[in-house]
Formats: sequence, structure tokens, C-alpha cells
Amino acid sequence: MSLDRSDVEKIAHLARLAVSESELEAVAGDLSNILNLVEQMSSADTVGVTPMAHPLHMAQRLREDQVTETDQREHFQSTAPATENGLYLVPRVIE
Amino acid sequence: MHDKSIVQLAAGLRSGEFSSVDLTQAFLDRIGRYDGILNSFITVAEQSALKSAEEADQRLRSGTATPLTGIPIAHKDIFCSDGVKTSCGSRMLDNFIAPYDATVVTRFKQAGAVMLGKTNMDEFAMGSSNETSYYGPVRNPWDQASVPGGSSGGSAAAVAARLCVAATGTDTGGSIRQPAALCGLTGLKPTYGRVSRYGMIAFASSLDQGGPLTRSAADAAAMLQVMAGFDPRDSTSADRSVPDYSGSLEDEIAGLRIGLPKEYFGEGLDPAVARSVEQAVDEYRRLGAELKEISLPNSALAIPTYYVVAPAECSSNLARFDGVRFGYRCDDPKDLEDLYKRSRGEGFGAEVKRRILIGTYALSAGYYDAYYLKAQQIRKLISDDFRSAFEQVDVVMGPTAPGTAFAIGEKADDPISMYLSDIYTIAANLAGLPAVSIPVAPVGGKPVGLQIIGNYFQEGRLLNAAHRFQQVTEWHLARPELFYKEDKP
Repeated sequence: MSLDRSDVEKIAHLARLAVSESELEAVAGDLSNILNLVEQMSSADTVGVTPMAHPLHMAQRLREDQVTETDQREHFQSTAPATENGLYLVPRVIE
Repeated sequence: MHDKSIVQLAAGLRSGEFSSVDLTQAFLDRIGRYDGILNSFITVAEQSALKSAEEADQRLRSGTATPLTGIPIAHKDIFCSDGVKTSCGSRMLDNFIAPYDATVVTRFKQAGAVMLGKTNMDEFAMGSSNETSYYGPVRNPWDQASVPGGSSGGSAAAVAARLCVAATGTDTGGSIRQPAALCGLTGLKPTYGRVSRYGMIAFASSLDQGGPLTRSAADAAAMLQVMAGFDPRDSTSADRSVPDYSGSLEDEIAGLRIGLPKEYFGEGLDPAVARSVEQAVDEYRRLGAELKEISLPNSALAIPTYYVVAPAECSSNLARFDGVRFGYRCDDPKDLEDLYKRSRGEGFGAEVKRRILIGTYALSAGYYDAYYLKAQQIRKLISDDFRSAFEQVDVVMGPTAPGTAFAIGEKADDPISMYLSDIYTIAANLAGLPAVSIPVAPVGGKPVGLQIIGNYFQEGRLLNAAHRFQQVTEWHLARPELFYKEDKP
């Protein structure tokens, strides 16, 4: 499996990750090498094998639908890059 | 003072031989003296450490102390610690002061342990050499030109150089055991779900597990006793009682059935490392254990499978770093998409980006079955290999890593060769099993680790087997001399 520059551009867009023009070639090479390693999986016969989603085959635990956390908005927003009136600020989305 | 075990230190604190403030100051002094060479700490929390030490001394006087009260430890910088920078080794979180404590941190606080600081690590725990850290590589105390292993490389180097008594780490594919092996320590990855992941910054959620890095199995037992247990805040936390790990250290091991997987002693293993491991296994035979060659036929598939599962889960977990709510934000974003892309592009390092991209690709439309689903199926096969093995034997033994500590820079530009250093450790994560690495005879002056893998929730048995070995050998007592000059008064 080999990826080219345009594949990397597409994946990087899906991941919302800036990859510069100058890095594209090298990244494509690295990712292709990793996919070649991963390709070894095809040697395994997995017909009828149940995929393992959890090491202990446990079901996700559910809790009562009750409020357990207190409101700490200001505390948690103190680490945010930009906030105003309790809201997170981002560049204008709607003109 | 800095060479004593947790049990010895606890006794010294109780007899009044020294106070926790003395002890804490002694370790802070050692960090000040030696960490310029090692770079094992990202943050040294001097003031809060001394304050905790004073509180610990009060607790010792009032008789409410636990075995860990007043003991100076360090946390891997992946565990959120309230009011203290928690970087995860990344530029992305260089400005992040955690607003809450991880459960592991809370438990050590409740036990009265003193946190000296936060240790260096591969960025977001992705690496096997500690070279992907935004804060620069950590040096191996045994050979400063070599890596300490990773991703818990800072914790390993700090414990090995006696800059703290013990440290926490996390292990997604070997990140506790491999640095323990390369630095001559005891490093335990517990059963998946044994230690809470709440507040432990997620890399691959179905594989991540916290555990201790210590100088002995007895210390590891004391540390795990604090770390282990059910946590309602972690939905994958195991709701079952925690045994007395220190209490079972001395159990008899005569008759212990040890499985030696032939796949762990084949091509790719340094012959000198193989000899060390075989010597150690022979010691177990002298202790009355029974050896049996076994097969884990799907072993070769562990690395390929891991490099689908781990990146896929990482691409999903690391989506939270978007430059909006916390962490790094790029300058002058022109729109929201630019903000996301450049904050992430500038905030993450090369290895993290590679894994996010691989994971995104593996989970993208049309590829899910071929990659993620296939990997989850092979995971079942690998897990079944162990299931059959544990019908015949009690524990599985082999090397922790295929070689000794490699030179800084040696594998940094070759991701694949770096990935192969986790060839023997990854399977335990995929299967969710507990495993410990303990030091055996070194090769060329560098430590070597023996890995012992156990069945689910058999941490007590692993520590028992490790402790019994350490009672009749002295490899775990070896110390890097440079960092061991007795402190001048």
C-alpha cells in the first residue's frame, strides 16, 4: 500500500491537521512504510473471528441519570485560549 | 537515604531517623544537581512538594500515616495534577495547567505521598525512546549517550538515578516495561481496568494502563496498592477487590509453571540479551519452577495490529485538541478551519502527526473493515493464544526488549525500526494482560529486562515471582555510579 501527496492532503484535511507542502513527500513515504508494516495483517485468517472490542469482554457500565458534577465553567475556562461571557471564542463562522 | 526502599524509608520516617521534609529536600537537591544531565523532569514542584512533606510529617506524628505517607515520588506528565502544568510532553499542552487531579494523583495524595514533580515522556506517550518529547530527549543514567526507552522515559531515568523513590508511568504498547528494562528497573503494567484512567491523558483507550516504575518488586507492590482499585469515573475500570500485593510477595514459587514462548527467542533478539534472559529463567528453575516451551503462534502479528488499533484510537482521542477549549492556539487564524489545522499542525510533533494520519486513514470510509475490524479480529487471535497458554502454565517469560538501550538519534529517523523495539511488549496490551519487567544480568554495562506476563488480575503473582527472584539475585540493586555519589553534608 502506497500513498501519494494527494492522499496525504486528503487525510490531513479529514484530520484537520496542517501539513506543509514541503513535508508532504516525506509524510507520504513514512505513512506508506507504516501501511506496508500493517499489511502483514493480511496473512492472518480471520474468517468468522469475532472482533475483540474489550480485553475483558466487559460491557460498558451505565450509571444512574443523576447530576453528579458541580458547575465549574469558570474554572475550566480559565485554561482556554479565548473566552467571553462564558463562551469560547473562535474566528467568525457566520458572516 | 536515596537508596532505601519504600519499606525502609517508611520505617525511617516512623522512627524519626529523618522527616519527610528532610527526605523531600534531599531528593529535590539531587534533582537540582543531576537533572541538568538527564532531563527527566518537565516540572519540579518544589514548593508544593515541601508543603506536602510538612503535612506528611504531621500525619506521621498523629498516627494516621499510610505506607506511602511522606515518600517522595514523581508522576509521568500524562497524569493531570490540579494547578500544576500537565504537558504530556507536547507543545500542544505546554501552557496547560490541569484544572483537576487524575484519580491516580488523588490516590497518592490521599495516601500522603509527596509529588516531587512531573516527568518527561514521549509526546502523548507515542514513542519508545523519549525522543519525541517537546522538551527534548532524556538521557539514560547508565549511558548518557543512550535513550532511557519510552514513553515513560523520564520516570524511568529519574527512578534509576535516584532522583525520586518511585514513579508512575503508563503503558500502551510497552511504555512502562521497555524503559524499565533499559534503565534496570521493575516496571509493572497492570491488567487493563485495574488502575483508573480518569485524568490520564488518553492515547489509545483500549490499551492504555497506568502502573509503577520502581527499584524493586516490593516497592512496586506498595505503589500498586495505592494505584489499583475501582473508579466510577472510568467506565472501563474493573469493579473488583484489590488483593494485598505486599502480603503475597513471599509466597512459595516452587512448582510455578513458566511458559517460554518460542516466538520470543527467535530472530531479532540480541543473542547476548537472550543469554541474560535464559540465565534468569534458569534461576527460576533453581527456585523450583517448572519450565515449559510454549507457542504464541500469532506473535508476529502484534506489531502490525497495534499500528492500526493505537493510531485509530489516538486519531479519535486527539481530536479534542482543537485550539478552542484548552492548549495551544495558532496566531491569527483566518477562519475556524485554519484555526483547527494550524493549531494542530503547529502544536503536535512529527510522530503524533504520523499516528493521527494513519489512524484517520484506517478509520476513513471504505477502509474500516480492512484495517480496524481486521485488527480487532487479530487481537482476538492473540488473546486466544494467551488463553491457551495459561491453560498449561501460570506465567509466561521472555525478554522485555530485543536489545539494550540504543544511542540517542539511532532510530529517531526510522519509525519502523523504533516500532520494533516493542515487539515483545505489545501483545500484553492487545490482550489486556498484566506484565512486569525486572532487571537481569546486564550486557555491556547496560541493563536487560526479563518480562513476566500473567493471567488477568494476577499482578500479585507477578510481583511474587519478581520478588522471589530479587531475593536471590542482586541485579535490581545495581546502580549507575555517577548518580550515586553519597551526598556530601
